[in-house]
Amino acid sequence: MRDIARLLGAEVLGGHLRLDMEIGQALGSDIMSRVLSSPCGDNAVLLTGLTNLQVVRTAEIVDVKAIIFVKGRCPRKEAIRLAQELDLPVLLTNLSLAETCALLREAGLQIQEGSR
Amino acid sequence: MSSKPLLEMRFPIQGNDFMQAGEAASKIKRALQQIGMESGLVRRVSIISYEAEMNIVIHAYHGELILTIWPGKIQIVATDVGPGIADVDLAMQVGYSTAPESVRQMGFGAGMGLPNIQKCADEMQVETKVGEGTRILVKINLR
Repeated sequence: MRDIARLLGAEVLGGHLRLDMEIGQALGSDIMSRVLSSPCGDNAVLLTGLTNLQVVRTAEIVDVKAIIFVKGRCPRKEAIRLAQELDLPVLLTNLSLAETCALLREAGLQIQEGSR
Repeated sequence: MSSKPLLEMRFPIQGNDFMQAGEAASKIKRALQQIGMESGLVRRVSIISYEAEMNIVIHAYHGELILTIWPGKIQIVATDVGPGIADVDLAMQVGYSTAPESVRQMGFGAGMGLPNIQKCADEMQVETKVGEGTRILVKINLR
């Protein structure tokens, strides 16, 4: 996870102490129902351009290990607070969803990309 | 079906309350993990609960989500007082939604709620009356 943060030039907004986990898959979408319907392994991150609380709830339901907010869109305070409660690392990158997916794919991650 | 459930959890759900939306599903998920349920099953029940809860928050005035575990079966019932569904067959089609743009901007209203519930369920029934409300009954078989 630490390598992913470096690769994306991402700011770590929460969960600094939990960045040593291995990540093998990324689910990228701005449609949460698409995330809910995607097959998700036990070492996935969620990538999204949305910023609201439901992103974190969705992450919790599908058991992703971290959330990366893209396009420099900072998550809302309540979303960061809930992620802290759930012990979910939160990253913020200025890259677009497509750019983030491309970089992570190049780095060897399996990518599930929903529309948008 | 036995007359006595092994576990029952009931959650009142408030329409349009996006700050609380998902809390019932989250509590259900944690409870199932605590009783040692297999992770694939926890995931199916959690997704059904979350989509059903979001449906009430998005479309209804208020409602209730009830999880009941029976020997051999899990049942999730979502009832609401709300506008009802005019065409259930249409609502079951992926991509059809009556949700407003504000809800789409939150990542929902993509017309995938009911199809996602059906995908995770072994059995699903939708009873609805326009102008009164909707009741969704979902069953998952335990093997």
